[in-house]
Amino acid sequence: MKVIDCPVIGTRPLSEFVYGGEVRRPPMDAAELSAVADHAFNRSGAPTLLREWWFHRPTSRWFVLERDTLSDRIERVVPPEEVAYAIPTL
Amino acid sequence: MPLRLLKQGLLGGEREPRFFPEQGELRDRYDVVIIGGGGHGLACAHYLAKEHGITNVAVLEQGYLGGGNTGRNTTIIRSNYLTPEGVRFYDASLQLFKGLSEELDINLFYSTRGHYTLAHSDEALRTMRWRAEVNRHHGVDSRVVGPEAVAADVPGIDLECGGNHPVMGALYHAPGAVARHDAVAWGYGRAAASRGVEIHQQTRVTGIRTAGGRVTGVNTDRGAVDCDAVVSMVAGSTPRITAMVDLPTPIEIYPLQACVTEPVKPFLDTIVVSGSLHVYVSQSSRGELVMGAAVDPYSLHSTRSSFEFVEGLADRLIDLLPFTARLRVNRQWAGMSDLTPDFAPIMGTTPLDGFYLDAGWGTWGFKATPISGQTMAATVAAGRNHELIEPFRFDRFADFQLVGEKGAASVGH
Repeated sequence: MKVIDCPVIGTRPLSEFVYGGEVRRPPMDAAELSAVADHAFNRSGAPTLLREWWFHRPTSRWFVLERDTLSDRIERVVPPEEVAYAIPTL
Repeated sequence: MPLRLLKQGLLGGEREPRFFPEQGELRDRYDVVIIGGGGHGLACAHYLAKEHGITNVAVLEQGYLGGGNTGRNTTIIRSNYLTPEGVRFYDASLQLFKGLSEELDINLFYSTRGHYTLAHSDEALRTMRWRAEVNRHHGVDSRVVGPEAVAADVPGIDLECGGNHPVMGALYHAPGAVARHDAVAWGYGRAAASRGVEIHQQTRVTGIRTAGGRVTGVNTDRGAVDCDAVVSMVAGSTPRITAMVDLPTPIEIYPLQACVTEPVKPFLDTIVVSGSLHVYVSQSSRGELVMGAAVDPYSLHSTRSSFEFVEGLADRLIDLLPFTARLRVNRQWAGMSDLTPDFAPIMGTTPLDGFYLDAGWGTWGFKATPISGQTMAATVAAGRNHELIEPFRFDRFADFQLVGEKGAASVGH
Protein backbone atom coordinates (compact mmCIF):
# COMPACT_ATOMS: atom_id res chain seq x y z
CA MET A 1 0.00 0.00 0.00
CA LYS A 2 1.25 3.43 -0.97
CA VAL A 3 1.45 5.88 1.93
CA ILE A 4 2.01 9.61 2.07
CA ASP A 5 3.72 11.32 4.98
CA CYS A 6 1.91 14.65 5.32
CA PRO A 7 2.36 17.47 7.81
CA VAL A 8 -0.34 17.73 10.51
CA ILE A 9 -2.17 14.50 9.54
CA GLY A 10 0.86 12.19 9.58
CA THR A 11 1.38 9.09 7.44
CA ARG A 12 -1.78 8.15 5.57
CA PRO A 13 -2.60 5.62 2.80
CA LEU A 14 -2.98 7.02 -0.72
CA SER A 15 -6.46 5.50 -0.96
CA GLU A 16 -7.69 8.20 1.45
CA PHE A 17 -6.75 10.89 -1.05
CA VAL A 18 -8.54 12.19 -4.14
CA TYR A 19 -6.47 13.36 -7.09
CA GLY A 20 -6.89 17.06 -7.84
CA GLY A 21 -4.69 17.40 -10.92
CA GLU A 22 -1.68 19.47 -11.83
CA VAL A 23 -0.94 22.72 -10.00
CA ARG A 24 -1.23 25.48 -12.60
CA ARG A 25 -1.16 29.16 -11.80
CA PRO A 26 -4.09 30.99 -13.43
CA PRO A 27 -3.34 33.92 -15.73
CA MET A 28 -3.59 37.20 -13.83
CA ASP A 29 -5.13 40.59 -14.58
CA ALA A 30 -6.75 41.09 -17.96
CA ALA A 31 -5.40 37.95 -19.58
CA GLU A 32 -5.56 37.20 -23.29
CA LEU A 33 -8.18 34.64 -24.28
CA SER A 34 -5.42 32.32 -25.51
CA ALA A 35 -3.82 32.42 -22.04
CA VAL A 36 -7.17 31.51 -20.49
CA ALA A 37 -7.58 28.59 -22.89
CA ASP A 38 -4.02 27.47 -22.18
CA HIS A 39 -4.73 27.53 -18.46
CA ALA A 40 -8.10 25.80 -18.78
CA PHE A 41 -7.05 22.96 -21.04
CA ASN A 42 -3.32 22.41 -21.55
CA ARG A 43 -1.42 20.13 -19.19
CA SER A 44 2.10 18.84 -18.62
CA GLY A 45 1.34 15.47 -20.18
CA ALA A 46 4.89 14.13 -20.62
CA PRO A 47 6.55 12.17 -17.81
CA THR A 48 8.02 14.62 -15.31
CA LEU A 49 8.28 15.59 -11.66
CA LEU A 50 4.86 17.16 -11.30
CA ARG A 51 3.29 19.34 -8.61
CA GLU A 52 -0.25 18.11 -8.00
CA TRP A 53 -3.21 18.81 -5.76
CA TRP A 54 -4.31 15.93 -3.52
CA PHE A 55 -7.38 16.11 -1.29
CA HIS A 56 -7.41 14.13 1.95
CA ARG A 57 -11.04 13.08 2.31
CA PRO A 58 -11.21 12.22 6.03
CA THR A 59 -9.80 15.59 7.12
CA SER A 60 -10.92 17.74 4.15
CA ARG A 61 -7.39 19.07 3.73
CA TRP A 62 -5.69 19.89 0.45
CA PHE A 63 -2.01 19.13 -0.09
CA VAL A 64 0.43 19.84 -2.89
CA LEU A 65 2.68 16.87 -3.61
CA GLU A 66 5.62 16.54 -5.94
CA ARG A 67 5.29 13.22 -7.76
CA ASP A 68 7.29 11.56 -10.53
CA THR A 69 4.59 10.61 -13.06
CA LEU A 70 6.82 7.93 -14.62
CA SER A 71 7.94 6.05 -11.50
CA ASP A 72 4.91 7.02 -9.37
CA ARG A 73 7.28 8.06 -6.55
CA ILE A 74 6.07 10.86 -4.30
CA GLU A 75 9.15 12.98 -3.72
CA ARG A 76 7.88 15.47 -1.15
CA VAL A 77 4.97 17.46 0.25
CA VAL A 78 5.30 21.05 -0.94
CA PRO A 79 4.74 23.65 1.81
CA PRO A 80 1.86 26.05 1.01
CA GLU A 81 4.12 29.11 0.96
CA GLU A 82 5.97 27.66 -2.05
CA VAL A 83 2.82 27.53 -4.18
CA ALA A 84 0.89 30.48 -2.73
CA TYR A 85 0.67 33.67 -4.76
CA ALA A 86 -0.97 37.06 -4.25
CA ILE A 87 -4.34 37.57 -5.93
CA PRO A 88 -4.51 41.05 -7.42
CA THR A 89 -7.06 43.26 -5.70
CA LEU A 90 -9.49 45.37 -7.66
CA MET B 1 -3.96 -32.33 -39.71
CA PRO B 2 -3.85 -30.96 -43.23
CA LEU B 3 -1.87 -33.21 -45.58
CA ARG B 4 -0.10 -30.15 -46.90
CA LEU B 5 1.45 -29.59 -43.49
CA LEU B 6 2.59 -33.22 -43.24
CA LYS B 7 4.03 -33.12 -46.75
CA GLN B 8 5.89 -29.92 -46.03
CA GLY B 9 7.23 -31.34 -42.78
CA LEU B 10 8.54 -34.50 -44.41
CA LEU B 11 9.58 -33.28 -47.84
CA GLY B 12 10.19 -29.58 -47.34
CA GLY B 13 9.07 -27.53 -50.30
CA GLU B 14 7.60 -24.08 -50.63
CA ARG B 15 7.68 -22.07 -47.46
CA GLU B 16 4.71 -20.07 -46.29
CA PRO B 17 5.16 -16.46 -47.35
CA ARG B 18 6.27 -14.22 -44.47
CA PHE B 19 3.56 -11.97 -43.06
CA PHE B 20 5.95 -9.04 -43.14
CA PRO B 21 9.10 -8.70 -45.27
CA GLU B 22 12.50 -8.79 -43.55
CA GLN B 23 13.30 -5.51 -41.95
CA GLY B 24 16.19 -3.73 -43.68
CA GLU B 25 18.11 -0.58 -42.87
CA LEU B 26 16.35 2.77 -42.68
CA ARG B 27 16.46 4.80 -45.88
CA ASP B 28 17.88 8.34 -45.84
CA ARG B 29 14.60 9.85 -46.84
CA TYR B 30 10.84 9.10 -46.78
CA ASP B 31 7.89 11.15 -47.93
CA VAL B 32 5.99 10.33 -44.76
CA VAL B 33 7.16 8.96 -41.42
CA ILE B 34 4.46 7.48 -39.21
CA ILE B 35 5.40 7.17 -35.56
CA GLY B 36 3.63 4.23 -33.95
CA GLY B 37 3.03 0.75 -35.37
CA GLY B 38 -0.35 0.13 -33.82
CA GLY B 39 -3.67 -0.19 -35.60
CA HIS B 40 -3.94 3.52 -36.34
CA GLY B 41 -0.40 3.87 -37.71
CA LEU B 42 -0.57 0.78 -39.89
CA ALA B 43 -4.05 1.69 -41.14
CA CYS B 44 -2.81 5.15 -42.08
CA ALA B 45 0.13 3.60 -43.96
CA HIS B 46 -2.24 1.24 -45.78
CA TYR B 47 -4.61 4.01 -46.91
CA LEU B 48 -1.73 6.34 -47.86
CA ALA B 49 -0.45 3.63 -50.20
CA LYS B 50 -3.79 2.34 -51.43
CA GLU B 51 -5.87 5.49 -51.83
CA HIS B 52 -3.22 8.17 -52.39
CA GLY B 53 -0.36 6.30 -54.07
CA ILE B 54 2.10 7.45 -51.41
CA THR B 55 4.31 4.42 -50.79
CA ASN B 56 7.62 5.98 -49.71
CA VAL B 57 6.43 5.65 -46.14
CA ALA B 58 8.07 4.34 -42.98
CA VAL B 59 6.18 3.18 -39.90
CA LEU B 60 8.48 3.42 -36.87
CA GLU B 61 7.51 1.41 -33.82
CA GLN B 62 9.50 1.44 -30.58
CA GLY B 63 8.22 -1.99 -29.50
CA TYR B 64 6.41 -4.56 -31.59
CA LEU B 65 3.39 -4.21 -33.89
CA GLY B 66 0.11 -3.80 -32.07
CA GLY B 67 1.84 -4.14 -28.70
CA GLY B 68 0.47 -0.90 -27.29
CA ASN B 69 -3.15 -0.01 -26.83
CA THR B 70 -4.14 -1.91 -30.00
CA GLY B 71 -3.49 -5.15 -28.15
CA ARG B 72 -4.73 -3.95 -24.76
CA ASN B 73 -8.28 -2.75 -25.40
CA THR B 74 -11.46 -4.75 -24.86
CA THR B 75 -12.14 -4.83 -28.65
CA ILE B 76 -15.59 -3.21 -28.59
CA ILE B 77 -16.78 -1.51 -31.78
CA ARG B 78 -19.85 0.74 -31.69
CA SER B 79 -21.11 4.08 -32.98
CA ASN B 80 -23.78 5.07 -30.44
CA TYR B 81 -22.10 8.33 -29.50
CA LEU B 82 -23.62 11.53 -28.18
CA THR B 83 -22.51 14.30 -30.54
CA PRO B 84 -23.39 14.40 -34.26
CA GLU B 85 -19.66 14.78 -35.04
CA GLY B 86 -18.85 11.68 -33.02
CA VAL B 87 -21.71 9.58 -34.40
CA ARG B 88 -20.79 10.35 -38.03
CA PHE B 89 -17.13 9.60 -37.42
CA TYR B 90 -17.49 6.36 -35.46
CA ASP B 91 -20.24 5.07 -37.72
CA ALA B 92 -18.00 5.54 -40.77
CA SER B 93 -15.47 3.42 -38.87
CA LEU B 94 -17.99 0.70 -38.09
CA GLN B 95 -18.98 0.54 -41.77
CA LEU B 96 -15.32 0.11 -42.76
CA PHE B 97 -14.89 -2.62 -40.13
CA LYS B 98 -17.70 -4.68 -41.67
CA GLY B 99 -15.81 -5.16 -44.94
CA LEU B 100 -12.35 -5.23 -43.47
CA SER B 101 -11.79 -8.99 -43.26
CA GLU B 102 -12.39 -9.13 -47.01
CA GLU B 103 -10.29 -6.11 -47.81
CA LEU B 104 -7.30 -7.23 -45.75
CA ASP B 105 -7.76 -10.96 -46.48
CA ILE B 106 -7.47 -11.88 -42.83
CA ASN B 107 -10.12 -13.20 -40.48
CA LEU B 108 -10.78 -10.44 -37.95
CA PHE B 109 -13.45 -12.53 -36.18
CA TYR B 110 -15.70 -9.49 -36.54
CA SER B 111 -18.76 -10.45 -34.54
CA THR B 112 -21.89 -8.31 -34.30
CA ARG B 113 -23.22 -8.81 -30.78
CA GLY B 114 -25.56 -5.96 -29.87
CA HIS B 115 -24.58 -3.52 -27.15
CA TYR B 116 -26.50 -2.58 -24.02
CA THR B 117 -25.64 0.57 -22.06
CA LEU B 118 -27.55 0.23 -18.81
CA ALA B 119 -29.22 3.15 -17.06
CA HIS B 120 -29.63 2.99 -13.30
CA SER B 121 -31.11 6.46 -12.80
CA ASP B 122 -33.49 8.93 -14.43
CA GLU B 123 -30.52 11.09 -15.39
CA ALA B 124 -28.80 8.21 -17.14
CA LEU B 125 -32.00 7.23 -18.92
CA ARG B 126 -32.37 10.79 -20.17
CA THR B 127 -28.87 10.65 -21.67
CA MET B 128 -29.78 7.32 -23.33
CA ARG B 129 -32.86 8.92 -24.95
CA TRP B 130 -30.71 11.80 -26.13
CA ARG B 131 -28.14 9.42 -27.62
CA ALA B 132 -30.86 7.33 -29.26
CA GLU B 133 -32.35 10.42 -30.94
CA VAL B 134 -28.99 11.71 -32.19
CA ASN B 135 -28.05 8.22 -33.38
CA ARG B 136 -31.28 7.66 -35.30
CA HIS B 137 -31.04 11.09 -36.87
CA HIS B 138 -27.75 9.92 -38.38
CA GLY B 139 -29.09 6.53 -39.42
CA VAL B 140 -27.51 4.59 -36.55
CA ASP B 141 -29.59 1.80 -35.06
CA SER B 142 -30.04 2.71 -31.37
CA ARG B 143 -33.11 2.61 -29.19
CA VAL B 144 -34.07 2.83 -25.54
CA VAL B 145 -35.42 -0.42 -24.12
CA GLY B 146 -36.91 -1.44 -20.80
CA PRO B 147 -35.42 -3.71 -18.14
CA GLU B 148 -37.33 -6.75 -19.45
CA ALA B 149 -35.50 -6.55 -22.80
CA VAL B 150 -32.18 -6.48 -20.95
CA ALA B 151 -33.19 -9.47 -18.82
CA ALA B 152 -34.16 -11.44 -21.95
CA ASP B 153 -30.76 -10.89 -23.57
CA VAL B 154 -28.45 -11.06 -20.56
CA PRO B 155 -28.84 -14.39 -18.75
CA GLY B 156 -28.07 -14.26 -15.07
CA ILE B 157 -28.42 -10.51 -14.68
CA ASP B 158 -29.78 -9.16 -11.39
CA LEU B 159 -31.98 -6.27 -12.53
CA GLU B 160 -32.04 -4.96 -8.97
CA CYS B 161 -28.23 -4.99 -8.86
CA GLY B 162 -28.22 -6.15 -5.26
CA GLY B 163 -31.03 -3.71 -4.47
CA ASN B 164 -28.65 -0.75 -4.64
CA HIS B 165 -29.05 0.56 -8.18
CA PRO B 166 -31.84 -1.18 -10.13
CA VAL B 167 -31.68 -1.19 -13.93
CA MET B 168 -34.31 1.26 -15.20
CA GLY B 169 -33.66 0.74 -18.89
CA ALA B 170 -30.89 0.68 -21.43
CA LEU B 171 -29.68 2.06 -24.72
CA TYR B 172 -29.63 -0.85 -27.15
CA HIS B 173 -27.27 -0.55 -30.10
CA ALA B 174 -27.72 -3.53 -32.41
CA PRO B 175 -24.55 -3.00 -34.53
CA GLY B 176 -22.27 -3.15 -31.47
CA ALA B 177 -19.50 -5.67 -32.23
CA VAL B 178 -16.22 -7.16 -31.14
CA ALA B 179 -13.21 -8.08 -33.28
CA ARG B 180 -9.78 -9.62 -32.87
CA HIS B 181 -7.68 -6.53 -32.26
CA ASP B 182 -4.19 -7.90 -33.06
CA ALA B 183 -5.40 -9.11 -36.44
CA VAL B 184 -6.52 -5.57 -37.32
CA ALA B 185 -2.96 -4.33 -36.86
CA TRP B 186 -1.42 -7.34 -38.64
CA GLY B 187 -3.86 -7.12 -41.54
CA TYR B 188 -3.25 -3.42 -42.11
CA GLY B 189 0.50 -3.93 -41.69
CA ARG B 190 0.65 -6.74 -44.25
CA ALA B 191 -1.49 -4.80 -46.73
CA ALA B 192 0.70 -1.69 -46.33
CA ALA B 193 3.94 -3.66 -46.62
CA SER B 194 2.70 -5.37 -49.79
CA ARG B 195 2.42 -1.92 -51.38
CA GLY B 196 5.97 -0.96 -50.44
CA VAL B 197 5.55 0.68 -47.05
CA GLU B 198 8.50 -0.03 -44.73
CA ILE B 199 7.72 -1.16 -41.20
CA HIS B 200 10.53 -0.82 -38.67
CA GLN B 201 9.96 -2.34 -35.26
CA GLN B 202 12.18 -1.68 -32.26
CA THR B 203 12.94 1.72 -33.73
CA ARG B 204 12.41 4.52 -31.25
CA VAL B 205 12.02 8.13 -32.37
CA THR B 206 14.29 10.28 -30.20
CA GLY B 207 13.73 13.68 -31.79
CA ILE B 208 11.95 15.56 -34.57
CA ARG B 209 13.97 18.00 -36.67
CA THR B 210 12.40 21.24 -37.89
CA ALA B 211 13.55 24.21 -39.95
CA GLY B 212 11.67 27.42 -40.67
CA GLY B 213 8.49 26.25 -38.94
CA ARG B 214 8.21 22.93 -40.73
CA VAL B 215 9.25 19.34 -40.20
CA THR B 216 12.42 18.18 -41.97
CA GLY B 217 13.06 14.77 -40.43
CA VAL B 218 13.22 12.53 -37.40
CA ASN B 219 16.08 11.14 -35.32
CA THR B 220 15.82 7.56 -34.17
CA ASP B 221 17.97 5.18 -32.14
CA ARG B 222 18.90 3.61 -35.50
CA GLY B 223 19.95 6.84 -37.18
CA ALA B 224 18.40 9.95 -38.68
CA VAL B 225 16.02 10.14 -41.64
CA ASP B 226 14.68 13.07 -43.63
CA CYS B 227 10.99 13.42 -44.41
CA ASP B 228 8.33 15.92 -45.46
CA ALA B 229 5.65 14.82 -43.04
CA VAL B 230 5.54 13.20 -39.62
CA VAL B 231 2.35 11.61 -38.35
CA SER B 232 2.27 10.90 -34.63
CA MET B 233 -0.08 8.00 -33.89
CA VAL B 234 1.21 6.89 -30.53
CA ALA B 235 -1.78 7.24 -28.15
CA GLY B 236 -0.31 6.93 -24.63
CA SER B 237 3.11 8.21 -25.70
CA THR B 238 1.72 11.33 -27.40
CA PRO B 239 2.93 13.88 -24.81
CA ARG B 240 6.50 12.58 -25.21
CA ILE B 241 6.31 13.20 -28.98
CA THR B 242 4.63 16.61 -28.74
CA ALA B 243 7.26 17.62 -26.17
CA MET B 244 9.90 17.04 -28.88
CA VAL B 245 8.36 19.85 -30.94
CA ASP B 246 7.33 22.04 -27.96
CA LEU B 247 3.64 21.72 -28.72
CA PRO B 248 1.45 22.15 -25.64
CA THR B 249 -1.59 19.84 -25.60
CA PRO B 250 -4.47 19.13 -23.20
CA ILE B 251 -3.58 15.41 -23.16
CA GLU B 252 -3.08 13.65 -19.83
CA ILE B 253 -2.08 9.99 -19.48
CA TYR B 254 -4.09 7.69 -17.21
CA PRO B 255 -3.68 3.91 -16.99
CA LEU B 256 -6.75 1.98 -18.13
CA GLN B 257 -6.94 -1.55 -16.81
CA ALA B 258 -8.78 -4.62 -18.03
CA CYS B 259 -8.95 -8.30 -17.16
CA VAL B 260 -10.38 -11.63 -18.31
CA THR B 261 -11.84 -14.50 -16.33
CA GLU B 262 -11.22 -18.16 -16.94
CA PRO B 263 -13.12 -19.42 -19.99
CA VAL B 264 -16.68 -20.68 -19.50
CA LYS B 265 -19.36 -22.02 -21.84
CA PRO B 266 -20.84 -19.39 -24.15
CA PHE B 267 -23.76 -17.69 -22.41
CA LEU B 268 -23.38 -13.97 -23.04
CA ASP B 269 -23.98 -12.97 -26.62
CA THR B 270 -24.21 -9.22 -26.10
CA ILE B 271 -21.90 -6.55 -24.79
CA VAL B 272 -23.08 -5.04 -21.48
CA VAL B 273 -21.93 -1.67 -20.20
CA SER B 274 -22.90 0.12 -17.04
CA GLY B 275 -21.63 3.64 -16.61
CA SER B 276 -22.94 3.87 -13.06
CA LEU B 277 -21.35 0.59 -11.98
CA HIS B 278 -18.15 1.46 -13.88
CA VAL B 279 -18.04 -1.91 -15.62
CA TYR B 280 -18.25 -3.31 -19.12
CA VAL B 281 -18.28 -6.97 -19.99
CA SER B 282 -18.46 -9.19 -23.06
CA GLN B 283 -17.65 -12.84 -23.68
CA SER B 284 -14.79 -13.60 -26.05
CA SER B 285 -14.90 -16.37 -28.65
CA ARG B 286 -12.67 -18.35 -26.29
CA GLY B 287 -15.30 -18.07 -23.56
CA GLU B 288 -13.50 -15.65 -21.26
CA LEU B 289 -15.38 -12.70 -19.83
CA VAL B 290 -13.50 -9.61 -21.01
CA MET B 291 -13.99 -6.82 -18.51
CA GLY B 292 -12.94 -3.26 -17.99
CA ALA B 293 -13.75 -0.32 -15.79
CA ALA B 294 -12.93 3.37 -15.55
CA VAL B 295 -9.40 4.73 -15.83
CA ASP B 296 -7.15 4.75 -12.76
CA PRO B 297 -7.76 7.52 -10.22
CA TYR B 298 -4.64 9.51 -11.06
CA SER B 299 -2.30 10.27 -13.95
CA LEU B 300 0.62 7.87 -14.50
CA HIS B 301 2.90 6.78 -17.35
CA SER B 302 2.83 3.07 -16.63
CA THR B 303 1.14 -0.15 -17.70
CA ARG B 304 1.24 -1.70 -14.24
CA SER B 305 -1.86 -3.48 -12.95
CA SER B 306 -3.30 -3.06 -9.48
CA PHE B 307 -5.22 -5.20 -7.04
CA GLU B 308 -7.54 -2.26 -6.31
CA PHE B 309 -8.79 -2.44 -9.90
CA VAL B 310 -9.78 -6.12 -9.77
CA GLU B 311 -11.22 -5.73 -6.28
CA GLY B 312 -13.39 -2.76 -7.28
CA LEU B 313 -14.48 -4.32 -10.57
CA ALA B 314 -15.41 -7.64 -8.96
CA ASP B 315 -17.38 -5.85 -6.26
CA ARG B 316 -19.56 -4.12 -8.85
CA LEU B 317 -19.74 -6.98 -11.34
CA ILE B 318 -21.15 -9.29 -8.68
CA ASP B 319 -23.99 -6.80 -8.16
CA LEU B 320 -24.79 -7.01 -11.87
CA LEU B 321 -24.11 -10.71 -12.62
CA PRO B 322 -24.13 -12.48 -9.22
CA PHE B 323 -23.03 -15.88 -10.56
CA THR B 324 -19.69 -14.43 -11.72
CA ALA B 325 -18.63 -14.58 -8.05
CA ARG B 326 -17.62 -18.17 -8.82
CA LEU B 327 -15.31 -17.23 -11.69
CA ARG B 328 -11.60 -16.67 -11.29
CA VAL B 329 -9.67 -13.88 -12.94
CA ASN B 330 -7.13 -15.29 -15.37
CA ARG B 331 -5.16 -12.24 -16.49
CA GLN B 332 -5.12 -8.52 -16.00
CA TRP B 333 -3.23 -5.80 -17.82
CA ALA B 334 -3.23 -2.07 -18.49
CA GLY B 335 -2.70 0.43 -21.26
CA MET B 336 -1.84 4.12 -21.15
CA SER B 337 -4.84 6.12 -22.30
CA ASP B 338 -4.37 9.66 -23.56
CA LEU B 339 -7.39 11.53 -22.24
CA THR B 340 -8.65 14.87 -23.53
CA PRO B 341 -10.88 17.34 -21.63
CA ASP B 342 -13.88 16.76 -23.93
CA PHE B 343 -13.41 12.99 -24.48
CA ALA B 344 -13.01 13.46 -28.23
CA PRO B 345 -9.79 12.81 -30.15
CA ILE B 346 -7.31 15.40 -31.46
CA MET B 347 -6.67 14.84 -35.14
CA GLY B 348 -5.13 16.43 -38.20
CA THR B 349 -2.86 19.38 -38.86
CA THR B 350 -0.99 21.24 -36.12
CA PRO B 351 0.64 24.69 -35.90
CA LEU B 352 3.88 23.00 -37.07
CA ASP B 353 3.84 22.45 -40.86
CA GLY B 354 4.20 18.81 -41.78
CA PHE B 355 3.50 17.57 -38.27
CA TYR B 356 0.20 15.70 -38.02
CA LEU B 357 -1.37 14.46 -34.84
CA ASP B 358 -3.69 11.50 -34.30
CA ALA B 359 -4.09 11.43 -30.54
CA GLY B 360 -6.41 11.86 -27.61
CA TRP B 361 -7.71 8.33 -28.02
CA GLY B 362 -8.33 7.88 -24.33
CA THR B 363 -10.55 4.86 -23.85
CA TRP B 364 -12.21 4.95 -27.30
CA GLY B 365 -9.44 4.39 -29.87
CA PHE B 366 -9.74 0.81 -31.14
CA LYS B 367 -13.16 1.23 -32.76
CA ALA B 368 -11.83 4.23 -34.68
CA THR B 369 -8.86 2.37 -36.21
CA PRO B 370 -10.08 2.13 -39.84
CA ILE B 371 -11.56 5.61 -40.12
CA SER B 372 -8.61 7.23 -38.35
CA GLY B 373 -6.24 5.60 -40.78
CA GLN B 374 -8.33 6.62 -43.76
CA THR B 375 -8.99 10.23 -42.73
CA MET B 376 -5.45 10.84 -41.51
CA ALA B 377 -4.08 9.48 -44.80
CA ALA B 378 -6.38 11.85 -46.70
CA THR B 379 -5.31 14.70 -44.42
CA VAL B 380 -1.60 14.04 -44.97
CA ALA B 381 -2.07 13.65 -48.74
CA ALA B 382 -4.02 16.92 -49.05
CA GLY B 383 -2.20 18.91 -46.37
CA ARG B 384 -5.50 19.91 -44.78
CA ASN B 385 -7.99 18.25 -42.48
CA HIS B 386 -10.44 15.71 -43.88
CA GLU B 387 -14.01 16.93 -43.43
CA LEU B 388 -14.91 14.13 -40.97
CA ILE B 389 -12.12 15.07 -38.55
CA GLU B 390 -12.41 18.85 -38.80
CA PRO B 391 -14.45 18.98 -35.54
CA PHE B 392 -11.55 17.20 -33.78
CA ARG B 393 -8.95 19.73 -34.94
CA PHE B 394 -5.95 20.60 -32.76
CA ASP B 395 -6.88 24.26 -32.21
CA ARG B 396 -10.47 23.67 -31.05
CA PHE B 397 -9.39 24.20 -27.44
CA ALA B 398 -7.91 27.63 -28.18
CA ASP B 399 -11.26 28.52 -29.82
CA PHE B 400 -13.34 26.96 -27.01
CA GLN B 401 -15.07 24.79 -29.66
CA LEU B 402 -15.08 21.55 -27.70
CA VAL B 403 -16.85 18.34 -28.77
CA GLY B 404 -18.49 17.20 -25.53
CA GLU B 405 -18.45 13.44 -25.82
CA LYS B 406 -18.16 12.63 -22.12
CA GLY B 407 -21.67 11.17 -21.89
CA ALA B 408 -20.93 8.43 -24.41
CA ALA B 409 -17.17 7.92 -24.64
CA SER B 410 -16.67 5.38 -21.89
CA VAL B 411 -17.61 4.58 -18.33
CA GLY B 412 -17.19 6.26 -15.02
CA HIS B 413 -15.69 9.64 -15.73
